[in-house]
Amino acid sequence: MALFALRRLLLSIPLLIGITFVSYVVIGLAPGGPLDFLTPEDPNASPEVRERLIEEFGLDQPIHVQYWHWLKRAVRLDFGRSFLPDGRPVSAKIAERLPVTLFLNLIELAIIVGLAVPIGVLSATRQYSLYDKITTVFVFVGFATPDFWLALLLMILFGVQLGWLPISGLRSLNWEYLSFWQQQWDFLAHLILPIVVATFGGLAGFSRYMRQSMLEVVRQDYVQTARAKGLSERTVISKHALRNALLPVVTILALALPGLIGGSVIIESIFAIPGMGQLMVQSVFSRDYPVVMGNLVIVASLTLVANLIADITYALVDPRIRFGGRRGRG
Amino acid sequence: MTGRRTRARMLLAGIAGLGLLAACNGPLEGRADEDHAGPPAYGDTFIQASIGDIGGLIPSLTSDQSSHEVGGLIYDGLVKLDKDLNMAPAMAESWTYSKDCLDLTFKLRRDVKWHDGYPFTADDVVFTYQTMINPKTPAPFKEGFLLVKSVDAPDPYTVHVRYDKPYARAVETWGTYILPKHLLQSFAEAGTLRESPQNSHPVGTGPYRFQEWKPGEKVVLLANPDYYEGRPYLSRVVYRVIPSQATIFLELKARGVDYVSTLTGIQYARQTEYPAFRKAYHKYRYPASDYTFLGFNLKDPRFADRRVRRAFAHAINKQELIDGVRLGLAREATGPIRPGTWAYTDKVTRFEYDPAKARELLAEAGWRDRDGDGVVEDKDGKPFTVTIRTNQGNDERKKIAEIIQQRLKEVGVHADIQLIEWAAFIKEFVKPRRFELVVLGLGTGVDPDQYVVWHSSQRGPDQMNRTGYANPEVDALLEAGRSSCVQSERVKYYHRLQEILAEDLPMIFLYYRDALPVVAARIHGVSPAPAGILYNFNEWYVPKAQQRYTSG
Repeated sequence: MALFALRRLLLSIPLLIGITFVSYVVIGLAPGGPLDFLTPEDPNASPEVRERLIEEFGLDQPIHVQYWHWLKRAVRLDFGRSFLPDGRPVSAKIAERLPVTLFLNLIELAIIVGLAVPIGVLSATRQYSLYDKITTVFVFVGFATPDFWLALLLMILFGVQLGWLPISGLRSLNWEYLSFWQQQWDFLAHLILPIVVATFGGLAGFSRYMRQSMLEVVRQDYVQTARAKGLSERTVISKHALRNALLPVVTILALALPGLIGGSVIIESIFAIPGMGQLMVQSVFSRDYPVVMGNLVIVASLTLVANLIADITYALVDPRIRFGGRRGRG
Repeated sequence: MTGRRTRARMLLAGIAGLGLLAACNGPLEGRADEDHAGPPAYGDTFIQASIGDIGGLIPSLTSDQSSHEVGGLIYDGLVKLDKDLNMAPAMAESWTYSKDCLDLTFKLRRDVKWHDGYPFTADDVVFTYQTMINPKTPAPFKEGFLLVKSVDAPDPYTVHVRYDKPYARAVETWGTYILPKHLLQSFAEAGTLRESPQNSHPVGTGPYRFQEWKPGEKVVLLANPDYYEGRPYLSRVVYRVIPSQATIFLELKARGVDYVSTLTGIQYARQTEYPAFRKAYHKYRYPASDYTFLGFNLKDPRFADRRVRRAFAHAINKQELIDGVRLGLAREATGPIRPGTWAYTDKVTRFEYDPAKARELLAEAGWRDRDGDGVVEDKDGKPFTVTIRTNQGNDERKKIAEIIQQRLKEVGVHADIQLIEWAAFIKEFVKPRRFELVVLGLGTGVDPDQYVVWHSSQRGPDQMNRTGYANPEVDALLEAGRSSCVQSERVKYYHRLQEILAEDLPMIFLYYRDALPVVAARIHGVSPAPAGILYNFNEWYVPKAQQRYTSG
């Protein structure tokens, strides 16, 4: 097992380098460059500033040389400084946005899993019942509803009409002047709408997946056997069927890991939350290569790690794979 | 006490000059303060919504408007714009020109201090100049400084600037943000200004001190109690970044923000016209500093004929465009100089909407409907067809093109419309002058110098004379206007320039859009002027009884 993990880990190093190289080249190929955004199209703008910046950023060198310089620094976890006028280190830019996104996404994921599993299980065990039909409709409506539209409707209702919840941002502007508990409540109140909107969309896919997986499992022989043994339906479902039905869900969960730091651009923009999604999109739009690459490295590494974790946990929870693997190698 | 932000706009609009920028200044029409709820009082927080984050806190290195708005509150220049868009003293008490306009001497105030308590002196001004011309400084606008021959400080409160040639915008140049020498010298010399602490925790001499910048979220500024013109009333300014226009509007409706720099026409005219909104906010309206035009390609032989251009002017109903496209929230343009500035004149030839006259002029130029199909032809029977091009994604310009298409049809000209993505539009059509008619906008600076837009030497593909206009008299006027420092003399040149352009019509000046800002009603002291409303920001206040936020 440990050997397997180690081998996979080592293999992911060349993979990561390959990913970053391809990304680097592709971003470089995209039309326009950082200078188009830093030096305005204006008769009074000074042309030599452009040349000066091209030199400073090393953009005058061939792309493989640029990549080599970048890689040399990146292995020491130095992702350089942003090309934007703030000139701040990429790591600092990411570090200040990561916590919010991570926090929001963890809560969302927890809620989604917490709701989707029972919804899926119940739909599966009562296939084609009224409950199943209602949740199916509900879930598809959720799936089809555009995030931004739902967000605006909720903002109008709870923010403007009723005035119960704040519309945007993470904290009220007089936050420093509130008591400790008021601060916590204030923060929480700001999170309610974004989390509701984000979970509403995410719930759909996950609960359908759960339902599908459960439907397959309840048709298996061992579930039949369990029933034949005279176990109660409740035990059959919760002990025998659910455990097996959760297996594919574990994979999906692990693969959702990189998404945790990706953040959602739409939700972040509309609720004015300064998270990773906005950072990534803004850096792409302004061709801020160092920030784009910094983000990519994190997402790519997490994806690889998540794959690894998925494989390992799969092996751990499913004896068939564990033993099957041994037989295969033997 | 007068506004920093106006100065920021001036820098943007002025230094950025004739770029495609939208700031808002000009003659006024707005609601003055009606109720007098109480005397000016210190305190409260002013929340401004902005769609974009700031780029950095040394605004000289940035070209985005947000950075300049925030920077304008933290930093000061030697001069600033007053409410009538004239140059007024700021950190300089006064300035004098030599007779030949080549020497400019500033006398500095002695009571100015940096936010860290360090005294401000002429050394800082010399340092700022040296930093700006340093090739290592990535400042996007340094042209005004490169024209300077030398700057020196004969004593700590005198700055002496010499020019090789008279430069009309010399004084305006010194409205730039003065940088602290004692904090920045080593960074400026090493070319690492962007990485200096000043770029994230700035120290300036302006009315507000920097408190914090949470990237993507907000910038917080606190009133500077030692400000040389007196402490501003509003204690705290929060610049909130809200990336979605829809969210900004909802925040406005929920009274979560106090100021939005411009509403859309439909928001102004319809969506905010209900009692609760009118009670919570005051809306203002004044011409923005950019105009929208229909540009001719003067290389096209049909448009080289002035009679044809005049016929087009008669065919177009500007008021109809303003009503239809801007819901009436714009003003007819007669020329490229911003109404309300000293160089503006409205005593120019106008071509009223008159289709009959348009047809007459076309006929005079040889365009008649010879085959009775409703489209005029030249003597060889070639019909008059043109393509109006504009950029995709700008609904206003698209509608303008459609209305003009209809009006041209009335006088027998067949027009097609083509919408092209911005970058491709500029690169493939505007710059190489491969167009017949374009609908575009142009920003006007505070100074009337428009050499780069109208001078015949500026017709290259990367230059700004995009219609290809060439007129020796205009060239002479532009040169004379640019190299004089005497306003009363310059006025004559620019009035004449406007007369000629209105007669000659290298483009049809359509309208100046109105800036449509809103300010929370609890804020008093707002007084619309040609410069807009922000020029006296330091005098805005909230009476004690109406203060909403506990701060400072």
